[in-house]
Parts: sequence; structure tokens; C-alpha cells
Amino acid sequence: MNDAVTTAQLSPEVVLNELKKQKVTHVVWLPDSETNWLYLLMKAEPSLHLVAVAREGLACSTAAGLAAGGKTPVILIQNTGLMESGDSIRGWLIGLSVPVVLMVGLRGWTRHGVTQDTAAVYTEPFLNAFGLKYYIVESDADANRIEVAFEEAKKTKRPVVVLVADEFHGFNR
Amino acid sequence: MMYTADMLKVFNEHRGDAIVIPGRGGIFWVDISTRANLDLPLGDPAMGGHGAFALGLALALPKRRVVLFDSEGDVQMGMSILLSVAEQRPANFYHFMLDNECYATTGGQPVPNAKNVAYDVIARGAGYPRAFAFDELEAFASALPGILAEPGPVFTALKVHPNIQNQPIGQRRRWMTRTRDQAILDMQREVRISA
Repeated sequence: MNDAVTTAQLSPEVVLNELKKQKVTHVVWLPDSETNWLYLLMKAEPSLHLVAVAREGLACSTAAGLAAGGKTPVILIQNTGLMESGDSIRGWLIGLSVPVVLMVGLRGWTRHGVTQDTAAVYTEPFLNAFGLKYYIVESDADANRIEVAFEEAKKTKRPVVVLVADEFHGFNR
Repeated sequence: MMYTADMLKVFNEHRGDAIVIPGRGGIFWVDISTRANLDLPLGDPAMGGHGAFALGLALALPKRRVVLFDSEGDVQMGMSILLSVAEQRPANFYHFMLDNECYATTGGQPVPNAKNVAYDVIARGAGYPRAFAFDELEAFASALPGILAEPGPVFTALKVHPNIQNQPIGQRRRWMTRTRDQAILDMQREVRISA
């Protein structure tokens, strides 16, 4: 891998370390184009229990159950699935005051450039409509925002979103 | 078909120290249960999610039996959770489903294909190691000890008479005596976990 490119990327190892720092116990997830790079590492990490769902709204209710049982889940989905989950976010996460972080792949992100993917067009308005705080993480330099998201979730007892705006890195390993 | 309250009374005799998520049976369960601090009468936070919530709880508390009374409308909406449950295979999860063939709280409209769905077959097809279906209370009562004696996950579909509600929501009997947050806190204290 080209070192000049590395510093502008988000390393899956850095993200995994952040999850371990937060003592995440369960990752409730559905694959997407941004977070596949993390999957291989998570699968190999003994401290993490992966729970696969087939529809993203069910990740929200699963995470709510895990949290009620005293565990620390994280939800790992794509922005398309975030939007599909609307009622589950409302009822299971906000409604039950679940302090969970959603790591959301930001498909279509162009840093507010010319955005042609409607998934990216609607993501931030969707989050604002739900009153969900979010942080955009584009590279390793932004990784500390993940800790901020976890602390904010705990403090507010509300879901907080980390938008993962780096695509495909981890495929080229 | 059986009456939900009668079925829950039968179940209550075998409840032990299970955490019970009564789902849409909650309106009856609150008057039957004698262990309110192990009950999670959440009502309906959002349709389709009870199975997933119960899965999460079962995974979080593997030494504690978790019993869910789901409903067919919710299972239809969130059916893919059956796959996740089967994959995770929580031995402490007992998934009952009240099948009244309709959306009772909106006036009793039928669910899709209401009379022709074999939910136990779907659950087995999804990978549940055991699945049952009962139309009559006596057969259920006879089988229940055996269902609970073996490890889960197990799926049990129960045909029940609908409790159709036609009154406007604001005029309905308020059966939840605790907030959802309080019910969860009470359960956490009872099983001694901090979250």
C-alpha cells in the first residue's frame, strides 16, 4: 500500500482498537461497502461477539435487548439501512433510551461535493430529522470522534451515529 | 383456538425464574404474573422488533431463561430475525407466538394469508432446532413441560382468539403500570446487572 495514501485513510485496525477501548461486547451488523474491511478483523477478535441480521431495523431492536441485558453493543450498518430502520430507531433505541453507537457506512459521500448517490443525499437530513447527533470519520486522524460518540451516547442515553466516510480500504491488503 | 389469558395461566405454572417479555399478551399477563420484576411488558415500541429484542436479551443473559410471547403480525414484519436466532442458537430462548390471524389493535384486519401460514414450518426452515404449533389449550398444556425442559431456541405458534380493539387509542384501557425504562431497570436490579 502507498504510504502517501495511508495517512488519508481510515484503518480498520484503528476502528477495532476504538471498539475495544470502549469495551464493546457485541457487534450487530449487516455488511456494507464501507465496513467490510472491518469484518475480517472483528471476526478474529475474541472479545467481540458478532450478531448478523438480515434487515437493519432488527439490529436496533437486537442492540436494545443486549443493552437491557447489560452488554455494550455497537451497530454496524450502511446509510441505506439506517434510513430503512427509522421506526426501529424511534421505538427501540430512542424510545428505550439505549446508549448505543451506530457505525454507519456513508455510501456516496463526496464531502458535500457533487453527490449523485441519493443514499448520501438523504443521510444527514435523516439524522437531523431524528435529532441524532453524528460524527463523520474520514481517516485515522478523526478516530477520536468514535470515543466522543460513545461518551455522548452514555451521557445522553441516546443513540449516536458515527458516519464512516472512507470506502473500500481493507480490500487492497 | 385458545384464549390468551388461559394460555398464559398455564404457562405461569411453569414460569420459574424466566424473564418474560409478554408482547401483546401483556394486557393479560400483568394480572397473571406474580414476578413483575422479571417481566418486561414493553407494549409495542415499534412493530416487528420483539423477536430481535428478545434475542439480544437472551444473548446478554445466557444463564437466564428468556421467554417471549411474540405475535404473528410482528413476526411477519421482522421475519428474518428467525434466521439470526437460528444462527446464534441461544439455548435459553423460548419463542412463543400468539397467532390471532389479525391486527387486533387496529380493528381486526387480517394479516396477509392469515389462515394459511405454518409458522412452525417457517421457523424450522429458518433453522430453529425445534418448533411446535398448537390450536387447543389442552394439547399445549400437555406439551409445555417438555418444550421448556429441553434447550432452546424453540418456536411455538399458538392460535388464539383475537382481542379486537376498536376504540380510539386515547380511550383504551392503560394496562402498562410502569414505564418501559422502569420495567427494564426493575429487571436489571432483579437479575443484578448494571448497564
